[in-house]
Amino acid sequence: MAEIYVGKQEEFGERDRKIVAQGDLEIGIFFVGGAFYAYENNCVHQGGPVCQGKILGKVEEVLGEDKTSKGLRFSETDIHIVCPWHGYEYNLKTGRHPGDRNVRLRPYDVKVADGEVYVVV
Amino acid sequence: MDSGLEPRRENPVRQIDVSTDTREILARARRQADERKFDDLFIVDMDSHHTESESWADIIAYLDDEVIRAQALDYLKNRTGTPPYGLNGDLALRYQDCGGRIPHQAARREEAGGNGLHRDVVLARRAYESMSIDRQIVFPTPMLFLGMHPQFDMEPLLGNAYNRWTVDVLLAQDPKLKSMAFLPFNDADEALRTVEEFGDAPGVVGFMVTSVRNKPVHHNRYMKVYRALEERGLPLGFHAGYYWQDPSMMQINRFASMHALSFVWCNVVHCTNWVMNGLPERFPGLPVVWIESGLSWVPWLMQRLDHTYMMRTSEAPLLKRKPSAYMAEMYYTSQPLETDNLKALELTFEMTRAKTQLLYASDWPHWDFDPPAVIWDIPFLDDEARKNILGLNARRIFDLEK
Ligand code: FES
Repeated sequence: MAEIYVGKQEEFGERDRKIVAQGDLEIGIFFVGGAFYAYENNCVHQGGPVCQGKILGKVEEVLGEDKTSKGLRFSETDIHIVCPWHGYEYNLKTGRHPGDRNVRLRPYDVKVADGEVYVVV
Repeated sequence: MDSGLEPRRENPVRQIDVSTDTREILARARRQADERKFDDLFIVDMDSHHTESESWADIIAYLDDEVIRAQALDYLKNRTGTPPYGLNGDLALRYQDCGGRIPHQAARREEAGGNGLHRDVVLARRAYESMSIDRQIVFPTPMLFLGMHPQFDMEPLLGNAYNRWTVDVLLAQDPKLKSMAFLPFNDADEALRTVEEFGDAPGVVGFMVTSVRNKPVHHNRYMKVYRALEERGLPLGFHAGYYWQDPSMMQINRFASMHALSFVWCNVVHCTNWVMNGLPERFPGLPVVWIESGLSWVPWLMQRLDHTYMMRTSEAPLLKRKPSAYMAEMYYTSQPLETDNLKALELTFEMTRAKTQLLYASDWPHWDFDPPAVIWDIPFLDDEARKNILGLNARRIFDLEK
């Protein structure tokens, strides 16, 4: 068990990220909803640089009571990272694909001590 | 509190966007290539793209018709706000990047430098070197829709200008780049003339029909074209595309749904006509390649046609075997390979005789591209099959040193 230094907690605003690397291992560290999450920069689909993609709210379709579609909106709570190779999306809090929960990024623990952020590998 | 083993480094690229260098976008493909020792293999990418509309000023300079050429040049100089003169790209091209989620191809704003090389050659090299590709066939992008152009003569005019520019610039500057030249198929006479003009051109290894069109491939007028190709030993490719304005596709609201169907449907129709009218019996020496429809449609169509043919053999009198037997002798490019159900994929490989008939394709830089590791990592393949699919099958049917 080792820790990689990421940076100062105060450097992270909502939906900010950093990517750190050690050898071949690249890890994206994300700050979402007031908490840190970390995943390997390696997409389950074809190994793309998932942590280097866009961060967006999950797209939701709004239905009326009569089940008619009322259009689309971005979720305020389900925040996704989108792999830039082909668009696989993962919920940043769970690391899971919204269409198949078994498709999951490799997570890492994040530790904050004295305002300093570390990822545990 | 570091591990002390290796220094931490911060990735210089935080987010990949339309300005990111191709080598950075494909850095993980390069790593995949190193891990799998792809540099020791001969890899042929049967289908990659450049965006020819970015070089439109150069291409239209090759137009034969001086009036059209003058109009096109004037339009380029003095008009903004619409696509380049002469192109009728499908509106769905605007949705390729999924709302900015998939930025490669959307706008390739990276610096190309060049040392005198054309920008498209520089970008192609960055990609093929990242993926350890040894030969790469390059196709255009918006021109894939020219078969639906309302002006009948625009397809041969633009097609031949594009072919000349491709030979003079792209192929001349990089011998690893190859072309299946654009065949203006709506006009059989022009198609034949194109084969005669470009059949011997260096780097032209075959000819391509853009599949988005409403033309019966079995019509008598095309026989002279097929014969010319067969005599020259040049494969014929059908490059798929979508067409959202097709009446059946106009019922569909999302790009994903339309793309899933339309990119296959055009080749389903052409392949059905090709087989049921006995073209494999008429031109047994003409290799036919179905490009960019993936692979899962092939077992489906084999089963549909076999089932019907056995009851209505009289309607396909030139056939001596079941349709699936002919289809298993044709060639298919791999991308986008449908890998979500490995059992289905294994059966698909068996039915299509992938070991000898499947040709790797990346489709780079398009949104659903496949790096070569997609083939290498298929668990049920042996090494011989992997090497065949990644390059040796293509080398068998194409003269890639031309
Ligand atoms: S590798 Fe991430 S979406 Fe394909």
